Amino acid sequence: MRVTIEVNGRRTEEEVEDRTLLVHHLRDTLGLTATNIGCDTTSCGACTVLVDGESVKSCTVLAAQADGAAVTTVEGLAEGETLHPVQQAFQDHHGLQCGFCTPGMIMAAVSLLEANPRPTREDVRTGLEGNLCRCTGYHNIVDAVVAASGQEVPR
Amino acid sequence: MIPATLSYRRASSVDEALGMLAEHGEDAKLLAGGHSLLPLMKLRLAAPEVVVDIGRIEELRYVRTEGDVVAIGAMTRHHDLHTDGVAGREVPLVAHVAGEVGDPQVRHRGTIGGSLAHGDPAADLPAAVLACDATLVARGPDGAREIPAAEFFAGLFTTALGPDEILTEIRVPRAADRGWGFEKFTRRRFDWSIVGVAVLGGSPTQPAVGLVNMGEAPIRATAVERALAAGATPAEAAEHAAEGTSPPDEPHASAGYRRHLATVLTARALERAAGGSPAGL
Ligand SMILES: Cc1cc2nc3c(=O)[nH]c(=O)nc-3n(C[C@H](O)[C@H](O)[C@H](O)COP(=O)(O)OP(=O)(O)OC[C@H]3O[C@@H](n4cnc5c(N)ncnc54)[C@H](O)[C@@H]3O)c2cc1C
Ligand code: FES
Ligand code: FES
Repeated sequence: MRVTIEVNGRRTEEEVEDRTLLVHHLRDTLGLTATNIGCDTTSCGACTVLVDGESVKSCTVLAAQADGAAVTTVEGLAEGETLHPVQQAFQDHHGLQCGFCTPGMIMAAVSLLEANPRPTREDVRTGLEGNLCRCTGYHNIVDAVVAASGQEVPR
Repeated sequence: MIPATLSYRRASSVDEALGMLAEHGEDAKLLAGGHSLLPLMKLRLAAPEVVVDIGRIEELRYVRTEGDVVAIGAMTRHHDLHTDGVAGREVPLVAHVAGEVGDPQVRHRGTIGGSLAHGDPAADLPAAVLACDATLVARGPDGAREIPAAEFFAGLFTTALGPDEILTEIRVPRAADRGWGFEKFTRRRFDWSIVGVAVLGGSPTQPAVGLVNMGEAPIRATAVERALAAGATPAEAAEHAAEGTSPPDEPHASAGYRRHLATVLTARALERAAGGSPAGL
């Protein structure tokens, strides 16, 4: 079917097989390969993108279900050379090691901060429970999200 | 992993969805939030030829009071139910449990109707609708009918819904002044319950206890309710939680372990319900 999705502010219109998953549409049809596929079973959150501003696991949404929606991937966050505050905070606080979970982790954090602009560390941990990281032990990720919210990070 | 070839149809009203079901018969499957169905389709455990997307039907997305009940549209997402002001005030147990389902991403897609219709013995919301004595409204070719929650869950992934019916509304009696408690035990934070217990405190009626993952279908812990009615303390009554259940025996949670867990979680949920209400249980 023909799906029209606004991706990172740009209107896209493509003919896809009805069974196409949103993550494959983003990566394979539109060439936006920052969004990773980790588990492919709705568990790890690596494929998290925003659909109409809310975090979803794009391996578990049909492209057809996103027809008419606005989708944001991590490629859509920076303004030119200026990183989004959450991206910048991940860099400043070493919120990543291998980086595989990072695109999904950042999108989940953006959605979390949208709903709760001044989260506690506990709020961040529960808010990111749908995203798994095999490297960092989460500590620096929590630091990064707290910092991105403009709050002091205890040293 | 990708689903088998399918034909996607989107319905914009219940009537249109009923028409599509009638047209395609057994080849068709309803798609709500897709967070139970799509994982099954990716594993090819389900392979419907036609998928009828009802997730965007606006007339099925609402939470409103109607006299003594709060009416919840079946396509209300877990996140919206959890954060809804009316639900939080009038049916706090249901609103709370919606916020305990999966993780934020799952709650942004999954719906209460999909969760109940799926009939997963480990799903959380059935515990709440059972404890609240909710009524489920289904529409089919012959019109609408009401199904009490106690008669809805029929067995493993089986409900009272016919293949040509759509669950449209969940009607939950208002319970603003009643205490409540919910306990679920999981291995990881976003998992399904190994055992889950929902309690709605008494007055005007007796306390009600819903149990999930203690058998092929979620049930009321009637032995606990009877003990409470006969004057047992919450701790004494909770000892009866596993009576009449047949919990699954799995490598990570044996049946015996689940029976024990049910008594512990029921005691905690009853205590919480008693503490949250001025009148006690
Ligand atoms: C990672 C993950 C973790 C999860 N954790 C939990 C958890 O902790 N607790 C929990 O309870 N659930 C959990 N779930 C399941 C989640 O709650 C699903 O949202 C829910 O079970 C199904 O709702 P849905 O709207 O996504 O339905 P769908 O997947 O779209 O549909 C499910 C089934 O119901 C049928 N159906 C849907 N709507 C209707 C209707 N209105 N009338 C008739 N039939 C209908 C469909 O045809 C399908 O067979 C989890 C899911 C995932 C992916
Ligand atoms: S790839 Fe989608 S949740 Fe892991
Ligand atoms: S940085 Fe490697 S998985 Fe998170």
